[in-house]
Amino acid sequence: MNPSLALQRFFLKNGMALGIFLLVAVAFWMFILIILPQLFMVDFSLSKNLPPAEIGGPKDVLTFEHYKFMLYGSAKEAGSFNTVDLGVFMRTLLAAFFVTIFDLVLCYPIAYYLAQVAHGGWGRLMVLSLIVPFWVNEILRAFAFRIMFGSAGVINTFLIWAGILDQPYDFIPNNVALYAGLGYAFILLMIFPLYNAIESLDKNQIEAARDMGASWLRIHWRVVIPFAKPGISSGCTMVFMLTAGALAAPQILGGPSSLWFTQIIYQWFNTGGNWPRGSAYAIILLVSTILIVLLVMKIFKVKLGEIAK
Amino acid sequence: MSADVELNDVWIKFGDFVAARDVNITIEGGEFFSFLGPSGCGKTTLLRAVSGFLEPSQGTIKIGGQNMAGIGPNKRPTALIFQNLALFPLMAVWENIAFALEVRGMGKAARRKKADELLELIALPGQGDKLVHELSGGQKQRVAIARALAAEPEVLLLDEPLSALDLKLRQHMRTELRAIQQRVGITFIYITHDQGEALTMSDQVAVMREGIIEQVGDGNNIYDHPATSFVASFVGENNLFRGRITGIDGDYAMVDTNVGPLKARMTKTNGEVPLKFNDDAFVFVRPESLKFANGVNYENTVRARIAHQEFEGHFWQVYLDVAQAEKRISMSLVNDGQELGHETGSEVTLGFTPDLAVALPEGPLAAGE
Ligand SMILES: Nc1ncnc2c1ncn2[C@@H]1O[C@H](COP(=O)(O)OP(=O)(O)OP(=O)(O)O)[C@@H](O)[C@H]1O
Ligand SMILES: [Mg+2]
Repeated sequence: MNPSLALQRFFLKNGMALGIFLLVAVAFWMFILIILPQLFMVDFSLSKNLPPAEIGGPKDVLTFEHYKFMLYGSAKEAGSFNTVDLGVFMRTLLAAFFVTIFDLVLCYPIAYYLAQVAHGGWGRLMVLSLIVPFWVNEILRAFAFRIMFGSAGVINTFLIWAGILDQPYDFIPNNVALYAGLGYAFILLMIFPLYNAIESLDKNQIEAARDMGASWLRIHWRVVIPFAKPGISSGCTMVFMLTAGALAAPQILGGPSSLWFTQIIYQWFNTGGNWPRGSAYAIILLVSTILIVLLVMKIFKVKLGEIAK
Repeated sequence: MSADVELNDVWIKFGDFVAARDVNITIEGGEFFSFLGPSGCGKTTLLRAVSGFLEPSQGTIKIGGQNMAGIGPNKRPTALIFQNLALFPLMAVWENIAFALEVRGMGKAARRKKADELLELIALPGQGDKLVHELSGGQKQRVAIARALAAEPEVLLLDEPLSALDLKLRQHMRTELRAIQQRVGITFIYITHDQGEALTMSDQVAVMREGIIEQVGDGNNIYDHPATSFVASFVGENNLFRGRITGIDGDYAMVDTNVGPLKARMTKTNGEVPLKFNDDAFVFVRPESLKFANGVNYENTVRARIAHQEFEGHFWQVYLDVAQAEKRISMSLVNDGQELGHETGSEVTLGFTPDLAVALPEGPLAAGE
């Protein structure tokens, strides 16, 4: 359809006032809230870190030095990399990847149960017990995890009482608490897309497969998972992006020695006082996660449009 | 291979609700057996019990002489065709058909070959690579049948598989289904609320009402010798006169009805007539059994006024008002090239012989009667 005709129809359907409101609202959302700030970030990331007086002056030129810094650090000799930042970066992406896989494995059975098996009271109770903890704010939840995983926390106390451990295990420095906290932080964003996808699967298809002798494993592999693929990718995308970009959980639950990449970004903006470098790092994170998501989608043959379903 | 199916004293309850009540049925191997009944009477429920998706609350189901209690749907020699077909939308047609073979671990080439053979059988050769949504309703139907047949079941269970099709296609698929059944020679258990379907295709029909099997018999038997008022009113058109038994004469009952005394045949169950003196009774007469008396001396006559007549080509449908009857009655007369001979509005005498009328105990009627 040609755009002017489409626009005409759009106004006919919604009326002038509502039509204008919708267009302005969407435009505001897109440009002011999303694109513009990101453009500022790009602009920042390509500028030198100058005192306010010199901004706009002759020294304010386009530079890739912050991106280069991420790669090579401040080292003078060629061939030496910024191993600290790159290491943290890779570890963050890898950890986010595994947290995503962990969430998927954990949430798939729950979502399947809620969507296809549970009916009435049980299902509602389960959904409620999934949602209610998220009324507690993120920081409090992270501290609660910290207390729980602490050396005198519930988990250690229990493990010692049960005779599994004879002295407390340090969950915090070993990052167990961090991964558990991150895994829990975005669990709803995994469950709901999965639930939506699986819920729309006709029960009869599951029964038909079963009737033809399929094992449960094969039913999931051949019928449920292919059908739920858009939900799986949309859940994984959100969890991966948000985990890689999480700040509160790493700040509170991370061990003293281990940094999350967002913490480095935060440091550049905050204590480091170098906004351009922080922006460059943030953009590197954003672009990398987007590329990874697109790559994985390509591998699993998921189209972008399907995710919006 | 075909297996016989036996339901003994089967009850199925959902909480307090009884969906099937004391069902006793024996289905011979290789038979085309239909369950016929109105929506919600428990047909699907019964079929799900045979295929193993639910266990009867009481009673036993045997397939090929083997008790099926505790045997899951994936282990039974049955294949179910669902009311909505439930084809796998993300698999190609041939993968759908070969799914049961995939489950058994057959190699891809062999699966493909078998699927192509089945596509021949259902008259869809060369369509294996299509996706399900690219097929027409009738084609999907046939793919669902092929998918079920691929599992080589001994009993094929079909849950109203034709209900989503238009009339023309439905009639065509009836013939097709019957032909497929005769070719593969396995037991078909077929569910429908369409009596035409049940009567034309089946060797045996069980008529159901609210979880109860009202009658089992072949099409003729059900149509001509209904065992209950429900069967008489549900299967085919029937005119109903209410009355009370004034006498029994062998297989015939004298009934004093609201349109005068009528004599009608009774359907025996277990060699016994179902009525006795002073019982409340229904007399059913089929539209095609009614004739204009035109001076002939019939044993049963009814005075009526022609309200309306329709010419249908090979027959006339005539609607008449009877003074004391609560409902308009109808008669159909074969078009034998003669004029009908009576005008709308005229008073006529209708006649019929006792053999063409059925007296049954008063009982529930099909909705709309
Ligand atoms: N899982 C269930 N729980 C409770 N009641 C049920 C359940 N399944 C079926 N019923 C009830 O059992 C009765 C019979 O249902 P069934 O699906 O067998 O009807 P049907 O004869 O197949 O009807 P239709 O022709 O509409 O498909 C209905 O009243 C239905 O509400
Ligand atoms: Mg049904």
